[in-house]
Amino acid sequence: MSPALLEVRDVVRAFDGVRAVDGASLDVHEGSITSLIGPNGAGKSTLFDLVSGFRRADSGTIAFGGHRIDRLPAYRIAQQGLVRTFQTARALTRMTVLENVLLAAPAQPGEQLHRNVLRRAATRRREREVRARAHELLELVRLSRHAEEQAGTLSGGQRKLLDFARALMTAPRLVLLDEPMAGVSPALRGELLEQVVSMRDEHGVTVLLVEHDLEVVMGASDRVVVMSDGAVIAAGTPAQVQDDARVIDAYLGVAT
Amino acid sequence: MSEPLLEVTGLESGYGDVQVLRGVSLRVERDEIVCVIGPNGAGKSTLLKTVYGLVPPQAGSVRLEGKEIAGTRPDRLTRSGLNFVPQLDNVFPSLSVAENLKIGALALPRSERRGALTRVEELFPIVRERSRQRAGTLSGGQRKLVALARALVTRPSLLLLDEPSAGLAPQAVATVFEKLTEIRGLGIGIVMVEQNARRALALAHRGYVLDLGRNALEGTGEALLHDPKVAELYLGGSSTNASSSTSTRTPGGTNPPTK
Repeated sequence: MSPALLEVRDVVRAFDGVRAVDGASLDVHEGSITSLIGPNGAGKSTLFDLVSGFRRADSGTIAFGGHRIDRLPAYRIAQQGLVRTFQTARALTRMTVLENVLLAAPAQPGEQLHRNVLRRAATRRREREVRARAHELLELVRLSRHAEEQAGTLSGGQRKLLDFARALMTAPRLVLLDEPMAGVSPALRGELLEQVVSMRDEHGVTVLLVEHDLEVVMGASDRVVVMSDGAVIAAGTPAQVQDDARVIDAYLGVAT
Repeated sequence: MSEPLLEVTGLESGYGDVQVLRGVSLRVERDEIVCVIGPNGAGKSTLLKTVYGLVPPQAGSVRLEGKEIAGTRPDRLTRSGLNFVPQLDNVFPSLSVAENLKIGALALPRSERRGALTRVEELFPIVRERSRQRAGTLSGGQRKLVALARALVTRPSLLLLDEPSAGLAPQAVATVFEKLTEIRGLGIGIVMVEQNARRALALAHRGYVLDLGRNALEGTGEALLHDPKVAELYLGGSSTNASSSTSTRTPGGTNPPTK
């Protein structure tokens, strides 16, 4: 098998002496949808922080596409095509909803002054494409009516949807989604999930997500990784993990 | 005939130029659990925040046990028996769990504080187990429990809960809903906003569906849960279970959810 796109090895991160991530290792393979599940406080979001460079690991290594990224700042990691969303969505509140999405688009030649002057046609074409894609994504997350409003006026759930649209807009190689469905109306969840799957199938994006909605996890993931107390306690196909006694104990609780 | 615990009539509010609530009405009887569901941006959280005085109402009335409270300051409302647990930022992160609860007790007369704390500690073992831990180092689910416990310390007659199960692992969701079921037995009214609508409606006596800042539907939890239109538009997917597998589709034309 080819090496994993993301390789996390023996990563540790402590806060005030409490080891939030305590020797976690996991692989995410190119073209897969991998779900990270586990009880609250297992260290899932902290692991996301470490992988995306928002925090630094105390020890252990993280490699993306075969290169170490565990000492790089977040923006450098994002430039390599590894982007994330947050459990509590962060929007630029004083910009419009549409501008928030447009900002996330990669390769905008108009940002460079000389191209603006010398290659106007190509620049304009690219801007039209970016705008069209942004509108498409806003339609998908049901925010079209709010495109021209300031992002600060959106509700909590709507900000999550905006964050999701922005992540897709970056056309990343690997996207880390931190509870994309929490706070999102159940009627919309199925469609967002379809979009995640098609992002992989059509654009070759690899996905690692933290999610508590087990229908989402079991229905769409190729692999499921289970964390508890800062370490990975199980990994496998959804079916394997669902039957694992340790997982039931730590996470699923009594079968319903 | 006693008055309803809470009666909201024609409530309008919003933020700056953006109007969110466009005339919402809602009623809660004593001991009743009422659940509010609806699409993202329908105004569910704004409804709770307006009732609790965090967002000023622009029109309409809010009556708690018959007394008009629209626009009253939150701290006064807490002392009159109304309390609110926000979805996020619901604990003081730099204080210990025990200190978080003591802050709740400040709303009570000095002589009643100790007893109120003891009762809540019995209901929430985590409060005792982690009493000296800083609340900021708790996981999301543990924080929810501490926030709920702190709200209960004030001995509310009515509790407003904004998405109590959001972001929680299945086991923690079960714990929170178990706690809510216990609270339901204590004679406290609850208004709960939830995306976990199936579970919330199953627990609630009655439910309201909000859409675009207005009342769209209301009924008993049971009736809404089995209404095919509600299932299609707000609960997502098909209604999972038994009852007449024929019509989970909308009967066409009526009531589009959003544009």
